[in-house]
Amino acid sequence: MSMILGLYNYWIVIVLMMIGFYIIIAHGHLIKKIVGLNIFQTSVFIFYISLGKVEGGTAPIWQENITLYSNPLPHVLILTAIVVGIATTALGLALTIRLKEAYGTIDEDEIQAMDNQAMDNQDKESQPC
Amino acid sequence: MLAHLPILQVIVPLMAAPACLILRRPQLVWMFTLLASTIAFIISILLLQQVMQTGTISYELGGWSPPWGIEYRIDKLNAFIALIISGVSTVVLVAAHTSIEKEIPQEKHTLFYILYLLSLTGMLGIVTTGDAFNVFVFLEISSLSAYSLIALGRDRRALWASFQYLIMGTIGATFILIGIGLMYQMTGTLNMVDLATRLPEVAETRTVTTAYVFFIVGVCLKLALFPLHLWLPNAYAHAPSIVTAFFAATSTKVAAYLLIRFTFSIFGVSFSFTTLPMEMVFLTLGLLGIFVASTVAIYQDNIKHVFAYSSVAQIGYMIVGFSMTTSAGLSAMLLHVFNHALMKGALFLALGAVMLRVGSTQLKDFQGLGRQMPLTMAAIVVGGLSLIGVPLTVGFVSKWYLVVAALEKGWWPVAGLVLLGSLLAVVYVWRIVETAYFKAPLAPIAGKEQVKEAPMAFLLPVWMLVSANVYFGLDTRLSVEIATAAAQSLFGVAP
Repeated sequence: MSMILGLYNYWIVIVLMMIGFYIIIAHGHLIKKIVGLNIFQTSVFIFYISLGKVEGGTAPIWQENITLYSNPLPHVLILTAIVVGIATTALGLALTIRLKEAYGTIDEDEIQAMDNQAMDNQDKESQPC
Repeated sequence: MLAHLPILQVIVPLMAAPACLILRRPQLVWMFTLLASTIAFIISILLLQQVMQTGTISYELGGWSPPWGIEYRIDKLNAFIALIISGVSTVVLVAAHTSIEKEIPQEKHTLFYILYLLSLTGMLGIVTTGDAFNVFVFLEISSLSAYSLIALGRDRRALWASFQYLIMGTIGATFILIGIGLMYQMTGTLNMVDLATRLPEVAETRTVTTAYVFFIVGVCLKLALFPLHLWLPNAYAHAPSIVTAFFAATSTKVAAYLLIRFTFSIFGVSFSFTTLPMEMVFLTLGLLGIFVASTVAIYQDNIKHVFAYSSVAQIGYMIVGFSMTTSAGLSAMLLHVFNHALMKGALFLALGAVMLRVGSTQLKDFQGLGRQMPLTMAAIVVGGLSLIGVPLTVGFVSKWYLVVAALEKGWWPVAGLVLLGSLLAVVYVWRIVETAYFKAPLAPIAGKEQVKEAPMAFLLPVWMLVSANVYFGLDTRLSVEIATAAAQSLFGVAP
């Protein structure tokens, strides 16, 4: 029981991570893939944040009478990682818009099919020579 | 000034990137980017000289002493890799203006150079920093700009390749982040030297094993180690030619550096190879990579695809050297990192010249190019010979050291397989040579200009890289000396 309750933060992280990872792999819809990527990254953020918790410690803001603080370093680190995550999401969404303009669809399989067809056509052209 | 070189290595391209916005005129921006890259190159030469003479340099960022502050730590290994990155970047940039004129719309030229500089910043940052979290930040700087650079390709497939790379790359980077988090959890430090001293105390725990595995899988995704290479061929084939030449020569090298740094300096040989069966894992994946990727390369019709798959195979050779865990194997790997950067830089840049004149890199369009673009095709031939590992080229030097290292270790079947792998390279290089030299040129299509030799702006950098291929194939003192010294320092042997 303590394996589950005592380490509950890790279990949440693992469950979220696997949900995110599954969405990335299983869904062909590009926006859903990006959402999956976000959930995947968020699980890592939660992991870092829960690392910094010191039992009985409060928020790392200086105040009299308080001696025990949580570790602020992982929080600072993850602030950077969140910014990186936002940049990645923005870039992913921008690429999705461009893909929609170029292919007329944002489904992975349909895009792949169109590319394969283009490749086949090139092969046919190269046959006569 | 000299004391601040380690940080200037990163700051110069970083600050040059936004400065491009002020210049606006594409020609000026190009010259400015070239200048910034050249300065970075000079800095890395000075750093390497300093390191070879006086040993490791430690630079405290903002005057905060490590392990509290961020430390930039330059030793023989990363000075060598930084030299490769900034050197190739500078040479490739010479041709950039001519090449993107045709491949990228005019209004995006300034943005192209900004992204290029940011990508360079990221790679140099990964290499110079001595802080594990810094590695992640720089990795994302270089990756995000890489995704955008690839998406600039004129074909719509570039967008799709870039999106796939974004998904795979982000998963890889997040794995690296998890690995770093677990390391921090166990040791309470992010400084690499500090990590190296504290990790052995807790090496027996499962958390450290998990940290190592997450980190290595993440790095191997970035390295495009078989079977995690799926993003690479399309990304290389559809990106603008300059971008391909730059990335093929540098970005996987950075991942190879991370692999060496974390396995040897931080986790240590005894943990990585004794506690975990990494030797067999890497050896198998490396050999599989060589054979599968070389075979696939033979069946490709787009020459950019051929060389992209060949890159995956060459990474296989590096990993075989890596898996030997001997000083000789590691120096063979480092030599191949250097030599492969020269080969692929030359080959992809020459393909950029073909792209400029012919407008395609399909094999069928190479017919008769041996007569129409003699100098460019000669460069491809020399580069190809180097890829195969013919004597007098750098390819021979690295294969030689790899085979010798394998024999020293007693792995003679591996030595045989490495040589066999080279024969596959003969096949895919021969296909290009045959088409270019032994088939008549295509009849010129009415209204279209006859194909001419590439302009000087292209021939100069291509031939600089090609002659480097030959020069370092004959005079191996410099590259071998540095690679051996770097490998020995990682094994704690006094050079």
